Amino acid sequence: MNTHLLLQLVVNGLIVGALYGVVAMSFVLIYKASQVVNFAQGEFLLIGAWVCWWLLTTYQLPFLVGMAVTFAFMLVFGIALQVVVLRPLIGEPIISVIMVTIGLSIFFQALCKWLFGVFAQPFPPIFQTQSVQILGLEIQTVYLMSLGISVAMMAGFAWFFQYSKHGLAMRATAFNQQVAQSLGISVRNVFAMAWAISAVVSSVAGIVVGIVNGVSSALSLYGIKVFPAVILGGLDSVVGAVIGGLVIGVLENVAQYVDGQYLHWGNLYEIVPFYVLVVILMIKPYGLFGTRDIERV
Amino acid sequence: MATQSLIPAGDYRTTYAADTTIFPTAGSRYAVWAGLALLCLAPLVLDRYWLSLLIQIGYFAVAALGLNILVGFTGQISIGHAAFFGFGAFASAWLSNNYGIPVFFAIPLAGVMTTAVGLIFGLPAARLKGLYLAIATLAAQYILQDFFARANWFTGGVAGTAADAFSIFGFAFDTDHRYFYVVLAYLVLTFVLATNLMRSRDGRALVALRDHYLSAEMMGINLTRYRTLSFGLSAFFAGIGGALYAHYLQFVSVEGFGILLSIQFLGMIIIGGLGSIMGTLMGTAFMVLVPEAMGWITDAVRGSALDRALSLKDNLSFLREMAIGLVIVLFLMFEPDGLAHRWRQIKAYWKLYPFSH
Repeated sequence: MNTHLLLQLVVNGLIVGALYGVVAMSFVLIYKASQVVNFAQGEFLLIGAWVCWWLLTTYQLPFLVGMAVTFAFMLVFGIALQVVVLRPLIGEPIISVIMVTIGLSIFFQALCKWLFGVFAQPFPPIFQTQSVQILGLEIQTVYLMSLGISVAMMAGFAWFFQYSKHGLAMRATAFNQQVAQSLGISVRNVFAMAWAISAVVSSVAGIVVGIVNGVSSALSLYGIKVFPAVILGGLDSVVGAVIGGLVIGVLENVAQYVDGQYLHWGNLYEIVPFYVLVVILMIKPYGLFGTRDIERV
Repeated sequence: MATQSLIPAGDYRTTYAADTTIFPTAGSRYAVWAGLALLCLAPLVLDRYWLSLLIQIGYFAVAALGLNILVGFTGQISIGHAAFFGFGAFASAWLSNNYGIPVFFAIPLAGVMTTAVGLIFGLPAARLKGLYLAIATLAAQYILQDFFARANWFTGGVAGTAADAFSIFGFAFDTDHRYFYVVLAYLVLTFVLATNLMRSRDGRALVALRDHYLSAEMMGINLTRYRTLSFGLSAFFAGIGGALYAHYLQFVSVEGFGILLSIQFLGMIIIGGLGSIMGTLMGTAFMVLVPEAMGWITDAVRGSALDRALSLKDNLSFLREMAIGLVIVLFLMFEPDGLAHRWRQIKAYWKLYPFSH
């Protein structure tokens, strides 16, 4: 039993899991506010990362400026997507909405491959030191930054929903759209805002992953990995999304450890979250923190 | 979802037989026979390229029909149809390679095997609805794909597996011109099967389940049974379609059955029209032809300034994917009831031609 390796993997899992948590959180934000299951969440990461990479390499912008421009772009992009594509579909059956987001996801994935190529492109180096030693564990500086950013975002989300006016409006809309409207909340603005915030927050995760692994179409896989996390936590729970993300991140890495040390099946890392997903759906479909659908006749 | 029939005023049906008939008018019956006769003549006229497209439309339509039974008629969502399609392909090749079963019997047997797998993954479907089901089938897609890559004994692993040509009494259907008739026969068979299913008690139970499952349950329809049944049926059609695919290409590899194909299947039935059997065929034809059309367009503008600026030819595969995504989005935004609905409107327009309102 290689304790050191296991510990290292668990720490990695927590850091990657925090990123999953951030993406899951922005996924839940859209679902809660506008009842749309966004299968194109991974493409937000992809587009954010590519745009930032393009700004940094082509125009040699400093990292922070490039990131700010990327955020502005994602803000506009999220709003545009909601207004142009999703708004006409309000009130359509769930399959239409799901299929539209799937269609968007294919479209943008192919578009990114066309514009930026299929090969992983590395970000220009951002930190002087590649990795630091903490308690005998080798941790990349970028991972530390990513953990910091993730925690900051989660805190930001908590503050936003607890105290800010817009956050409260969003919660009211999620609770009951008609009541919210009667209180003078513009539901249309809330929907657009949810998409904008979600796009921006996802792009942060995209940029962080891009710095660590290079930018490639593999980023959109995060959009799929998000499903085990949100189902585990419950589809409409922000806290659940974060916890689900952490659990899935750790689970992946532990699966990799078990696979590498004992089983040697290979590729277990990729597939374990989906088995977990099926098991959760069989025994507890509404997740740990989700609201049960109660149907009255 | 689309309302089913546009019965013109003055068309009174007084018996159940008249209400459940397949062909409401003699004209529609003749049209179908004429269409079939034309298709039978197709191999004599068309070249290999067009025949291969028609064959593609054929086996995809069989599988898409299964998905339409599940999504369009029963109202369940599946994002894992390509995995069942792939399972059928591998199962048929496996049966004929390892057990010496003639391909003629291997294809329906592969359908039955795929049904069994579909029923296993359909069990959670009995409890889940809508979104949760969509996610469960997404997981099924990835799990089955992973299984294909692992199971060397079944699929030949990453290397893939060869499949024999279809033959009856030593007559091999190994060219496009001959195989076309095999696909056509299966297409007609499955479409007749599905049409008749929808006229039966079971078919109406599925539709009742989609429209209002609580009322359906109160009317004595066993929800669990019919939801699972619908999953099994859809897997059966997918398995048959996959088996036809395997014996057409005579080689099955793991890569072909990804999530993109699943989405294409969903695109076919949405473009054709959810809950429309003929629509499935139209949608499949559309979905097969759109990526091809991208090829024609890039060929047409080859060498022009536009081509040089965007290097269209080198990125053809991405252009095809973009076209697939785009038509799905555009259809859902502007024609959510699909081609079948548009076709009915065209017919209604000509029926009232000089006085159309």
